[in-house]
Amino acid sequence: MISARGLRKSFGDFEAVKGIDVEVRRGEAFGFLGPNGAGKSSTMRMIAAVSPISGGELRILGMDPAVDGPAIRGRLGVCPQEDTLDVELNVRDNLYIYGRYFGLPKVEVNERVDELLDFVQLTEKATSKVEDLSGGMKRRLTIARSLINRPDILLLDEPTTGLDPQARHLVWDRLFRLKQSGVTLVLTTHYMDEAEQLSDRLVVMDKGVIVAEGSPLDLIRQHSTREVAELRFGVAEVGESHDAVAEKVADLGDRVEVLPDRLLVYSDDGDHVIAQVHERGLSPVATLVRRSTLEDVFLRLTGRTLVD
Amino acid sequence: MATLASTGSTIGGRLRLVDGVRRQVDYWVVVYQRTWRGTVISSFLAPLFYVLAMGVLLGGFIDADPDVLEGATSYFDFVVPGLIAAHAMQTAVGETTYPVMAMIKWQRIYDSMLATPLACRDLVAAHLSFVLFRLATTCAVYNLVLAPFGVYGSWWGPILAFASQLLVGMTFAVWVYGFSARLHSEEGYGVLFRLGIFPLFLFSGAFFPISNLGTVGEWIARCTPLWHGVNLSRMFALDNVTWWVAAVNVAYLSVLTVVGWFWAVSGLEKRLVS
Repeated sequence: MISARGLRKSFGDFEAVKGIDVEVRRGEAFGFLGPNGAGKSSTMRMIAAVSPISGGELRILGMDPAVDGPAIRGRLGVCPQEDTLDVELNVRDNLYIYGRYFGLPKVEVNERVDELLDFVQLTEKATSKVEDLSGGMKRRLTIARSLINRPDILLLDEPTTGLDPQARHLVWDRLFRLKQSGVTLVLTTHYMDEAEQLSDRLVVMDKGVIVAEGSPLDLIRQHSTREVAELRFGVAEVGESHDAVAEKVADLGDRVEVLPDRLLVYSDDGDHVIAQVHERGLSPVATLVRRSTLEDVFLRLTGRTLVD
Repeated sequence: MATLASTGSTIGGRLRLVDGVRRQVDYWVVVYQRTWRGTVISSFLAPLFYVLAMGVLLGGFIDADPDVLEGATSYFDFVVPGLIAAHAMQTAVGETTYPVMAMIKWQRIYDSMLATPLACRDLVAAHLSFVLFRLATTCAVYNLVLAPFGVYGSWWGPILAFASQLLVGMTFAVWVYGFSARLHSEEGYGVLFRLGIFPLFLFSGAFFPISNLGTVGEWIARCTPLWHGVNLSRMFALDNVTWWVAAVNVAYLSVLTVVGWFWAVSGLEKRLVS
């Protein structure tokens, strides 16, 4: 569905995407995970056939975006990072008018609008003005709008950024249903839980390059331990940094990460780590044992957290 | 599935321009439905106030000498065709400043349109078609209202005057659109209005013959697009046409409009397709 080889994007002297290889197959949910500025959105704009590529090769649905941009865009659905809804139109008109841009006949667009309003649970809001909707409703409306042309591929750029937890779960539920109905999803996110929930396969991006690729589970297995023990110490014990304490526990796990507010000890048995810490006379003010996540993978690969 | 191939409307991977515009008609109809009330005052009442104040009341103090007033037998007849051309400029500028900024930056409607098969030139063409529609309705009403006052010297004069008002309006529309596409802050409009549009409005021959500006001033005025529009509108309305001058006026505005079209499209492409 999407094939990129050595794909690059530059803005003047700044290179946002530095030669990436990506292959997205039909029916899969593919994620780009990375912090802000990793090059995810630039990549998405190239895949959306809006932004011309600066180098490498890109094929979308077997076509070259430089030649067949309109034909490609006719078969994509795009849900941008910021809602670009027409706030002065009502909910229904936003969908109807958008459908017309694809050259769909009026009758067909009207039927499709009804289906989509039902799908994103906004039927009762059909005649409401967009500016009166909540953030989550606007996001669902944007998703509905991106589906108006029954796209082969749905591109979602940070689909739940800025939403409250309840609204996020509602959006995830709708996206999960789409995935199950066979729509190919491509999403960017800097939320590891979102990447884990929605992606079959993902790439981790940092500073314009891909640093790892695989399913969420594979990535965690390859780059992290099964569990993580989180240790937080009081100011009296650590002073300005956790570095000194980190040395004392370094041998308790496969590795130790020092964050500004806590230590992460990577081990397959987190409870054992915490018991050992106490045996050594250290007294953390808070401890937590959890499973490894993509956040830990990212920390391992880049030395930084996803949300700085 | 909405593919382009199924509609047979592409040329070399692109939509045909007319098809690109047609797909946006519903959008612009909705825009007009929600804004037409606001345009009634600026488009129809304000110009009539000008006609009343300048043409009737001020004109009452001015001796009408056809040799001085470019063939007009009253100041009213002189000023009205020029006023309509100047009003066409103002309408075009009004439709291609803040509305374009809103579509690009504030509401980002263009971004959402570009995620569909539409391309920048389709967006520019549809937006400018809407401007042409606004020019046509305002200028037509203006001309029709003034018809009973005996301004027009022939039956075909107002038709050609109307066409020249549309032409000068579109000349401004394409250039100001290109300016807006490149403008990152709306503060630039203050400069455009104060140093561009307002002086043109006053000194391009709408209110007085440009021969009053002195030799240098007159030639500067002759270089402005608005003067060419005012001159055409007045010559046709009064049936006092010097055909070679009319040909120069039309050619000047046509060339500017065609070049301006490319300036507008390239401006939007540079801004939104990076």
